[in-house]
Amino acid sequence: MSDISPTLHSAASHAPNNKTDLFVSFTLLALQGFGGVLAVVQRELVEKKQWLTTDEFVEDWAVAQILPGPNVVNLALMIGGRSFGIAGALAALSGLLLAPTVLVLLFAAAVAGVADTPVAQGMLRGMGAVSAGLIAAVGIKLMGALKNNPMGLLTCMGIGTLTFVAIGWLRLPLAWVLLSLGPLASVWAAHCIKQRGTA
Amino acid sequence: MSITLTLADWGSLFLHFISLSLLAVGGAITTAPDIHRYLVDETHWLSDTQFTSSIALAQGAPGPNVMFVALMGWNVGLNAGGGLAAGWPAVALALWGVLITMVGIMIPSCTLTFVATQWAHRNREMLAVKAFKSGMAPIVIALLIATGWLLTGSHDNPARDWPLWALTAATTLIVWKTKTHMLVLLGFGALLGALGWV
Repeated sequence: MSDISPTLHSAASHAPNNKTDLFVSFTLLALQGFGGVLAVVQRELVEKKQWLTTDEFVEDWAVAQILPGPNVVNLALMIGGRSFGIAGALAALSGLLLAPTVLVLLFAAAVAGVADTPVAQGMLRGMGAVSAGLIAAVGIKLMGALKNNPMGLLTCMGIGTLTFVAIGWLRLPLAWVLLSLGPLASVWAAHCIKQRGTA
Repeated sequence: MSITLTLADWGSLFLHFISLSLLAVGGAITTAPDIHRYLVDETHWLSDTQFTSSIALAQGAPGPNVMFVALMGWNVGLNAGGGLAAGWPAVALALWGVLITMVGIMIPSCTLTFVATQWAHRNREMLAVKAFKSGMAPIVIALLIATGWLLTGSHDNPARDWPLWALTAATTLIVWKTKTHMLVLLGFGALLGALGWV
């Protein structure tokens, strides 16, 4: 898994120098990523480091999204693994996670000392409501991508509504929903793609 | 909040995060509703407030938002140790909780990603890859919206909680329609909360 043939990734003008470079780069990247990690990833890896061209980035990001797990973690594994195999993947991964974990725990411990005061409780309530909105907004923004979905916008909205009702309203376990709706939707999507191909 | 966790409980916590890992399509945050169901509703290892503030803190701190999982592990461990007031033993258990949950949520998906990347990259024109991508898209998007809904819906007293709902709705609109920095919004939410307006 350590090497992808160079023809697939020949366009980018730079590559990570070594595993330390990977670790440091992903640490810096993670520490800049307040919520909007995608924007930071694109700026750092494509514009500054030039490890990927924009096209390569879009392709890699799509794969990172398809696979389970945090998108940016998947991307780190892909880029690290491509250059230095499993050691590179681990270097990028630990760069991405180590410093933020320490920071967020210190942050939590600091807040916990005053967590019982009404002001701190209020701040957390307010931040909680905002972060709920942040997450919902990302979902709404991504809905634009459904216009190009081979299943058509209407079917997508139907599947989305079903998912929302099952999880948000009926509170069914995620596994049931993903393992039932996921394959059904994928098979239908395959059917639609084939139809479009032959039409 | 104080709870007791047996070795078997730690085991099932680990297994639960292992099993969620491969379901985290579209980011770790899509597993949040299920983590809520397991940790808050079923086992009561985590309070509703701890759940929501874990996500809020992870959003407000730098790094990938999977950090909320580390915070939940931290809080479960802290609860098991009798809270931060109990001192270092509680902190040790909290760190143990971080390790259990983070390693659990990471190992399966990272392994799969590492193994599948090259294959998926070479076969990106293949029907199965395209169909999976297209089929999962509406589900993943709906999960994000459901997560936002569940986070704010855990406050379910309309007379008291309507300002919170309004704040969530306003944030959704602002993020959707403008390029306002997320930190500004989180700071604004914290300020409103500190003043007692939401």
